[in-house]
Amino acid sequence: MDLAATRHTHHETVSRGPMRWLTTTNHKDIGTLYLWFSLLMFLIAGSLALLIRAELFQPGLQFLQPAFFNQLTTMHGLLMIFGAIMPAFVGFANWQVPLMIGAPDMAFPRLNNWSFWLLPAAACLMLSSFFVPGGAAAAGWTMYPPLYIQGGIAYDMTILAIHLMGLSSILGAINIITTILNLRTPGMTLMKMPIFVWTWLITAYLLVAVMPVLASVVTMLLTDRHFGTHFFDAAGGGDPVMFQHLFWFFGHPEVYIMILPAFGIVSTILPTFARKPLFGYVSMVYAVASIAILSFLVWAHHMFTTGLPAGGQIFFMYSTMLIAIPTGVKVFNWVATLWRGANSFETPMLFALAMVCLFTIGGFSGLVLAIVPIDVQLQDTYYVVAHFHYVLFAGAAMSILGGVYYWLPKWTGHMYDERLGQIHFWLTAIAFNVTFFPMHFLGLVGMPRRIPDYAPQFADFNMLASIGAFVLGASQLLFLYTVIKCIRGGAPAGDKPWEGATTLEWTLSSPPPYHSFTTPPVLTTDTPHGLA
Amino acid sequence: MSRGMPFVAVAIVLAPGGALAELGFNLPPPATGIAREIYDLHTLVLWICVGIFAVVFLPMFYTLWRHRKAKGHVAASFRDNTRLEVLWTIVPALILVGMAWPATNLILAMKNVGDSDLTIKVTGRQWQWEYEYLDDGLRLVSTLATPRREIDGGNPRSAHYLLEVDRPLVVPTNRKVRLVVTATDVIHSWWIPAFGIKQDAIPGFIKEAWFRVEAPGTYRGQCVELCGIGHAFMPIVVEALPPEKFAAWKNEQMTATKNATAAAQTAANATLSLTELTTRGEQVYNANCAACHQPTGLGIPGAFPALDGSAIVTGPVAAHLDRIFNGKPGTAMTAFGKLKLLSDLDIAAVVTFERNSWHNHVTAPDNLVQPAEVAALPR
Repeated sequence: MDLAATRHTHHETVSRGPMRWLTTTNHKDIGTLYLWFSLLMFLIAGSLALLIRAELFQPGLQFLQPAFFNQLTTMHGLLMIFGAIMPAFVGFANWQVPLMIGAPDMAFPRLNNWSFWLLPAAACLMLSSFFVPGGAAAAGWTMYPPLYIQGGIAYDMTILAIHLMGLSSILGAINIITTILNLRTPGMTLMKMPIFVWTWLITAYLLVAVMPVLASVVTMLLTDRHFGTHFFDAAGGGDPVMFQHLFWFFGHPEVYIMILPAFGIVSTILPTFARKPLFGYVSMVYAVASIAILSFLVWAHHMFTTGLPAGGQIFFMYSTMLIAIPTGVKVFNWVATLWRGANSFETPMLFALAMVCLFTIGGFSGLVLAIVPIDVQLQDTYYVVAHFHYVLFAGAAMSILGGVYYWLPKWTGHMYDERLGQIHFWLTAIAFNVTFFPMHFLGLVGMPRRIPDYAPQFADFNMLASIGAFVLGASQLLFLYTVIKCIRGGAPAGDKPWEGATTLEWTLSSPPPYHSFTTPPVLTTDTPHGLA
Repeated sequence: MSRGMPFVAVAIVLAPGGALAELGFNLPPPATGIAREIYDLHTLVLWICVGIFAVVFLPMFYTLWRHRKAKGHVAASFRDNTRLEVLWTIVPALILVGMAWPATNLILAMKNVGDSDLTIKVTGRQWQWEYEYLDDGLRLVSTLATPRREIDGGNPRSAHYLLEVDRPLVVPTNRKVRLVVTATDVIHSWWIPAFGIKQDAIPGFIKEAWFRVEAPGTYRGQCVELCGIGHAFMPIVVEALPPEKFAAWKNEQMTATKNATAAAQTAANATLSLTELTTRGEQVYNANCAACHQPTGLGIPGAFPALDGSAIVTGPVAAHLDRIFNGKPGTAMTAFGKLKLLSDLDIAAVVTFERNSWHNHVTAPDNLVQPAEVAALPR
């Protein structure tokens, strides 16, 4: 591989100023844009959550009126999912997929630019809806009718924003699939791809399959609102529960869209810092694929209290419990990867280890919720809130944070401040548990979710959760500082700062040249990771 | 596997901390057989999860400690082990079957709504519950009893803050009570944790659930499906009475309803003064209208229209009456008259109150509506 040549070509062609970012078709630039956008949304949506936690600090209405409170819970959910978590993973895909498969760029660079720039437009539409008469959408991120039909113009703005975000996701997914299937370096068969690439390939198929369903169902809401259709109105022959079926047919695969790339990141980090190959690569790939396929068969477990017939409840309970098997395989494989490794505990490794433990707790609470009779007690309570934050914060967001620390040296050419990274990790991990663990108890005791005020018996754990949330929120500012500090300078990273890393990006300089792998790299070994 | 064993284990863990037990870590004490079975099933599943967690993560922490780079450990290089991988696919599958079996039986029991002793229709509405004893035609509306000023003052004082209602649902103990659950506007969900039932109330559809309470007492829950700004403020209270007391209660209610109907008929013919109407109207307004239209009459811009200066409120009486009597379909505005939520007297009172409050000063005679005018509306 002619590294010297790739390192020094094209540097002079990088333009400067805002036009560079508006017109860029470079996968690294677009990856950077996605990641900054995602971080911004993470901080905004997190601030909304802190307002929620401020109101819930004590019983009684102190700061917020119920109408605004409901807007906060709705927008926190939508912005975190569509603004923070999903774009972050697409950012990783943009940076890493071409580098890991030895491709010069994404398959459709111009489409890539458009996929990204749809997002700020969508986010502006959604955020500006706070300022229209009536305020933002307040029917929950799940947008259930008929409540959603009652809202004002903000509800339409939210639907249109979701259309834009969905379009962005579909285009991004098509780009990723095409890149992975066509632009791999010679000799990198599918079963030799880095596991991160595998998880994204499967995720991209999920996106292509379900985002159109979401687009359809929100369009049906829109026509119910304005054009006299009655898809979800019993008085006109429709059914409000049909919305839930359609929404969750999108919504459950969506959950895996937000966790499979996280599995990929963790499966990349753990072998690096255990200095040992990923255990059971093949079964990892099959496990991810099984999870993806099963995700289409479990949607109604979000609807056990709607009055499904017994047969329906039993089918969806069994199919949901089945997901525990491939998920278990992944966790066992991770532990076996660590077994008798030479483990070290840099910040990315800490985040990956915390993800494995805490995501497993989220998996267990998921199993508890899968069991219909227990779900009847816990549905729509804080237990569910605890469950999906263990899966989405500890599972997805902590993997993203770990992934950022892992690849920052590659992206910037500088080592991040390890001490700050460690402090950020411990603050995040502890505050996360202080915030969300008590919510299991709140749910069991009987506190419903999405309420601005509650009975005094729930007061103690709510206060604890609020304190945890404030620390958790503040800690993320330390993350922002650490990232900026790393971009500005720091110890030179060298080509490969992690001795256990094996994938192709580490053969390039740090930061990699603006145009990398203009000629395909030659694979030197036969291992799945491409490079031993 | 005995279901009692994990239960004992929980008791041992939780027993020493009496204070901890009061803080509430677990499902509330079951009041029905179904709720008890759910409680035990949850305990079983929880302890299986705790066990698996220990089996998986103790080795992980051991290897992280024992095989760390800082101690100079050199990594092994194995990358798979088929026997192990088959084992950890099959064993979890067996454990899952062990959980699914009791769960399936319990689902079938929960779904068996046959052979009920009485049927109550539950209707959710923004933001109150209506109960109708279908066998007797007895009907009651149950609304939050916590005073608004306690909530807005941010200073909860009542013992059952937000979990108290003006008129609880009353049921007999040791009788199979079948609920048919529906809603008139948006989806609500009816839940009493101690009974182990939660059923979404879906507008336009009727869903069933059942319970059999074992001991007399007061059981509390609340709406658990987001239903708008009053979602936190539509509690559910069930009072379980021994069957003979329940029968007495029911007779008393039937008589009271009959008397109330007679009184309403008298009231419908009465002519009231402006002060009488506005005084009563203010109470009706605060209980039924203020959540959306606000005590100030200013509403919430964009979501709930202002009544202060509203064209309908200050315009012709007929349109104003129609809006309150028939509601506005597709919005949170309920048909208070058509659905018999307010008496003719109350509707007359609240209309009069609105036409004479805030900046609304409708000139006589249009400022005053008598119950007879409401009674004359087509039903």
